[in-house]
Amino acid sequence: MKLNERSLAFYATCDSPADNAGFLYKRGERHTAYHRRWFVLKGNMLFYFEERESREPVGVIVLEGCNVELCDSAEEFAFAIRFGGAKSRTYVLAAESQAAMESWVKSLSRASFDYMRLVVRELEKQLEEMRWGPVGGCGGCRGSPSSWKQKPLGLEQSPEQLPALPAIPPKENGCAVWNNVPGANRPPDPSGSGGHDGEGNSRPLPLPPRRRASSSEVGSARAVTAESPSTFCQLHERYGQEVAQLRQDWLERRHGPRP
Amino acid sequence: MRYNERELLSLARQPAEKAAEILMRVPKKGSVLKKRLVKLVVNFLFYFRTDEAEPIGALLLERCRITKEEENVFSISFTEEPERKYCFECDSEEQCQEWIEALKRASYEFMRRSLIFYRNEILKMTGKDPLEQYGISEEARFQLGTHQP
Repeated sequence: MKLNERSLAFYATCDSPADNAGFLYKRGERHTAYHRRWFVLKGNMLFYFEERESREPVGVIVLEGCNVELCDSAEEFAFAIRFGGAKSRTYVLAAESQAAMESWVKSLSRASFDYMRLVVRELEKQLEEMRWGPVGGCGGCRGSPSSWKQKPLGLEQSPEQLPALPAIPPKENGCAVWNNVPGANRPPDPSGSGGHDGEGNSRPLPLPPRRRASSSEVGSARAVTAESPSTFCQLHERYGQEVAQLRQDWLERRHGPRP
Repeated sequence: MRYNERELLSLARQPAEKAAEILMRVPKKGSVLKKRLVKLVVNFLFYFRTDEAEPIGALLLERCRITKEEENVFSISFTEEPERKYCFECDSEEQCQEWIEALKRASYEFMRRSLIFYRNEILKMTGKDPLEQYGISEEARFQLGTHQP
């Protein structure tokens, strides 16, 4: 299959800012030797160069539909990019520090186009509701903008605290309530069996886009994911829980299981 | 450049945002318009011979320009080589306009700009960062003002 390689190379090296960049060790396909490469993440494309100054990438990994996991390896700080299909190659990478590994796992697991689209749609919806109000209106909520201004709440979520994102509470009077106490209202529903969102819509939760088992499931997953904004929140929970679990597993492996 | 072809082929098989049989011409000397199945999936435009399951090729739609050419015709070119145009002749002006709109919105970079715009708007209106509640406000890809078009 032909690819517009020249344009790809240009995209990789142009001055548009990268979402992540740094040296990683990449395990070869046939031989298990690791090669140090300069990696640049832009959007859903992970480019790798022989050297930081190289003008053209050696290769690119299209990240759509991948899973990012920690993996067992003699190499420290190793993680893997895995794809769903049979005979799919797994890319094993290793960072040079714990912090670098966590940063890469985080940025790679959110690199898909699907994820970006979910976030955009969620914000779009919020903005629309703020500007026009939902059907039925929300009178007092749409007051002067200053009524919404809050002092920054103590709940700064540091990016490292991925676990236990608060369930986004349903909307009161149809207006998004900004100052909710986390942990209120619905507990997360990780089982994926039918969920209710604020609108009383009881569709079953689709799988997160990147975990499709076969391409035949994607159609429905894609379509449903696109429509339901509350799904985004639950999906986000799931991402957060997964990473937290991975981190826990890794720590246990390092220090021995905790009681 | 090496790339994970298997995954890209798998992507090409997935339900498309938009798909149609359109006449297409590649920017190669002497090439002519040929009927192709053209399929938009995320930020890739795949093109197939109409009776084949595997695409002939794929275009990554980043740093590209979509231009209306003559009637029913639009082209895709890339920033660094604006004269090299992939031309598409549609069945109607309406179809042509639909594709132009869809392709202009198809890039990851476009979505990122939209996100930053919405984030900024919501921040202005409410004084609160809408990404905070998801714990992703510090992610490089969502930063205000640092990504240039």
